[in-house]
Amino acid sequence: MIQTALFIWLLPLAAFTIQIFLGKRLPRKGDWVSITAIGISFVLAIRLLIQALTHFDPEFVVTASIPWIDLGSFKINMGIYLDNLSIIMLMVVTTISFLVHIYSLGYMKGENYYNRFYAYLSLFSFSMLGLVLWDNLFGIYIMWELVGICSYLLIGFYFEKDSAANAGKKAFITNRVGDFGFLIGLLIVFTTLGTFNLSDIHQSISQGVLSGGLLTAAGILLFAGAVGKSAQFPLHVWLPDAMEGPTPVSALIHAATMVAAGVYLMARLSFMLSFDAMLVVAYVGGFTALFSATIAITQNDIKRVLAYSTISQLGYMIMAIGVGAYTAGFFHLVTHAMFKAGLFLASGSVIHAVHHAMDKTGEHGDPNDMRNMGGFKSKMPITHLVFVVFSLALSGIPFFSGFLSKDAILGGSLAFAIAQSNPIHYLLPTFGFLAAAITAFYMFRLIIMTFYGEPKKPKLFEHIHESPKTMTVPLLTLAFLSLYFVYTIPSLNPVTGEGGWFYHLIEKPVSAVQLQLGHAVYQMTEHAEHLAHVSGLMISIVLALTGILLAFAFYFWKKINVEALTEKIKPLYLLSLNKYYVDEIYEATVIRGLLLWNDLLAWFDAAVIDGIVNSTAWIVRNFSVLDGLFDKYVVDGLVNGVGLLISGFGKGLRRIQTGQVQNYVLGAVLGTAIIIILTLI
Amino acid sequence: MEANQILFIAIALLTVLSAAMVAFSNKLIHSAFALLATFTGFAMLYVYLSADFLAVTQIVVYVGGILILILFGVLMTHKIYSTTKKTAHNSLIVSLLGGILSAGLILFIISKAPWAPLLAKGFNPTTAIIGKEILTGYLLPFEIISVLLLGALIGAIYIARAEDK
Amino acid sequence: MIQLESFLIISAIVFSLGLFTVIYKKNAVGILMGVELILNSVNLNFVAFSKYVDAHINGQLMAIFIIILAASEAAIALAIILNIYRNRASVDVTQLDEMKH
Repeated sequence: MIQTALFIWLLPLAAFTIQIFLGKRLPRKGDWVSITAIGISFVLAIRLLIQALTHFDPEFVVTASIPWIDLGSFKINMGIYLDNLSIIMLMVVTTISFLVHIYSLGYMKGENYYNRFYAYLSLFSFSMLGLVLWDNLFGIYIMWELVGICSYLLIGFYFEKDSAANAGKKAFITNRVGDFGFLIGLLIVFTTLGTFNLSDIHQSISQGVLSGGLLTAAGILLFAGAVGKSAQFPLHVWLPDAMEGPTPVSALIHAATMVAAGVYLMARLSFMLSFDAMLVVAYVGGFTALFSATIAITQNDIKRVLAYSTISQLGYMIMAIGVGAYTAGFFHLVTHAMFKAGLFLASGSVIHAVHHAMDKTGEHGDPNDMRNMGGFKSKMPITHLVFVVFSLALSGIPFFSGFLSKDAILGGSLAFAIAQSNPIHYLLPTFGFLAAAITAFYMFRLIIMTFYGEPKKPKLFEHIHESPKTMTVPLLTLAFLSLYFVYTIPSLNPVTGEGGWFYHLIEKPVSAVQLQLGHAVYQMTEHAEHLAHVSGLMISIVLALTGILLAFAFYFWKKINVEALTEKIKPLYLLSLNKYYVDEIYEATVIRGLLLWNDLLAWFDAAVIDGIVNSTAWIVRNFSVLDGLFDKYVVDGLVNGVGLLISGFGKGLRRIQTGQVQNYVLGAVLGTAIIIILTLI
Repeated sequence: MEANQILFIAIALLTVLSAAMVAFSNKLIHSAFALLATFTGFAMLYVYLSADFLAVTQIVVYVGGILILILFGVLMTHKIYSTTKKTAHNSLIVSLLGGILSAGLILFIISKAPWAPLLAKGFNPTTAIIGKEILTGYLLPFEIISVLLLGALIGAIYIARAEDK
Repeated sequence: MIQLESFLIISAIVFSLGLFTVIYKKNAVGILMGVELILNSVNLNFVAFSKYVDAHINGQLMAIFIIILAASEAAIALAIILNIYRNRASVDVTQLDEMKH
């Protein structure tokens, strides 16, 4: 199995190497190299999944490692850690990556740097798979940075455009803030435990080597890395801008896999979170879920709506890890990867169509803007169908995969709140439920604006047509993977995933902190779990349906006048439209602050230091006038006399300075000899 | 006398005489070839000092690298085919004075110095020990010297490349 | 058993010959050869002491570093010599006295 995993991991690297050096000269610019590599990886991943399913053992683990750095006492082993979590994650990554590769055949056709695009995709697949497979935090950190670089390269793929280049930089720099925390967390772990290996860390923490405040700090700092990569508040600002990249990239990196890496990391590290660290994780996740959902309501750029939706869903997953609903969080990662990648690809299909129509009619405008769309249902039936399926899944309607996972998270957070003595923790489920309703609302707003109603630009509408097969087949595949029974087999219960293979295979690992403390990290009762499950189910269905109905009422039946309502709550509307001014706040505080500090320093230099210098100079100058007279007559006389003497000597000595190196060498030898002889005597 | 010692004396003579040839030869190209013998002699002496790794390194780096560089230098700067005239020299007497002075001093010190009790170490392969030492005790110097080599590499290319363009 | 002194004497002689070469030759490449002789003799000393005096092999390690230094020195020196030769068609060091005031 290890061998299979190695093949899955290294094939995309081989493809990248071929592609980056030879891509241009290969027929079809070498796209088939990348597709074959990821295709084989995909097939092998299926094989691994089948093996895992036949074992059907929640505790299934295979590891293998080799010494990588061995410097006396400093040792790092590198190896592969293959358990159900990583096998399913491999499956997700290869599936989405494979489908995106195929989809790009149609979407990227005829673009400049076509081969480079495929090379980057391969490199990304390689690094993401490595991140999933490696058994130690150091290796994960390396791959973590590598996916960051791929993200940077692909966001800035249209680097001729300033906005794309800037978005790439913004993503990279914002991630740096989080990764710095990650690095410090790593250093804490390594200095206290002396190892990066995940199983060793688990063991050492259970024995209490790292405990108390430092353990909490390590957990929160490692979480900072996840905050950056998974675009959680307050480091979420890069993800919406990252939509400057090509749409397949948004689907692969910024919806399904890379941004989920933070969640994956937290799932891997959930065993070392203390209660305080869990609270931080849960609140950051919960707040982000609601916060970005409210922004998504007012955005008009189709991809930006999806981007904020992604941030919000990632918040759900993070919150799930924080409240200890480990399985639910990872379940949502998997289902979300499928339908969100699908949504991006479907929106890409729409954008592609609009773009081509714009080319033909000669009209100019933003192809992403939903205000230019409308009524596409008749022209793009397949895209419309899959879009509705994905949106139902995302909104959490029964019979779709999203319902199972989202409901599990909401139930988990509700159970957490019920079991805690402090009632303030009811905030967490509140965040979650509100965000769920808003999610349903903005998704259907998007669908209605795009696919229903009257075409807003009739001339453009004429030229809209369905996308080619290479694009629709991946969409249909992803739509199938968004149906509930894919995850619940062998049971066919549409309201819960428990009893399905997924819940059986992914089991919450025993918390190392729990072993260390000797009691559970947080209180949880059977009663709370049951109560939360049933009521969570009801509330989430009702809220999701309400959201959808509201969307129809607002935009389809036009029962409520949107413009009038907007006018009434203008401040709130503007707040949401402008993303709560977070970018502006950063501009005003962090960036402006730094500039101000620079100005202050410059002013200090100019006014204070220069002032001191100048006044000293003034005093000195006046004194000098007096001094000068003294100099001229008394000192000069002396100096000139001495000078004459010295220049006489100098003229004589100058003969010794021949400029011949070898004379100097000889001199040095003689001098050394004299010193030695003197010491010997 | 044992064969071992005879061999040692032969190697010592080879080293010293070829070094003398480097010093006194009138043609630079002869000096360069004499240098080859000197370097090889040193490598053989290292074998006597049970420094197997160093002996090989001496051959590889000095004979294979530095000597080739010097030969290039000779060939490229010293029109040996066009002229037969001898290399110019500084004053022989002054130079000899410096050489003899240093030789006399060092030999005098060697004869006078009270040497610490000597160890009689047998022959042990050193490659593994050197490898381990370089990556543990001598890691910092090793890293610094790596950077130095890189700097020398870039610097040499920069200095030697043509000025135009 | 060969004595430590034998190596030291060889080293001393080669060192002096190197020094002599540095002073005697006018050609820059010749001087470079002298420098190599000096470095080699120093190396021999280090290795000899490493064998007879030091319980460990610190001397050999030092010798390795010296070899590396000698390699970079030779590379840089030859680059400089080539550059001088290109500019003045001569590598006679006695003519290189521009820096003299």
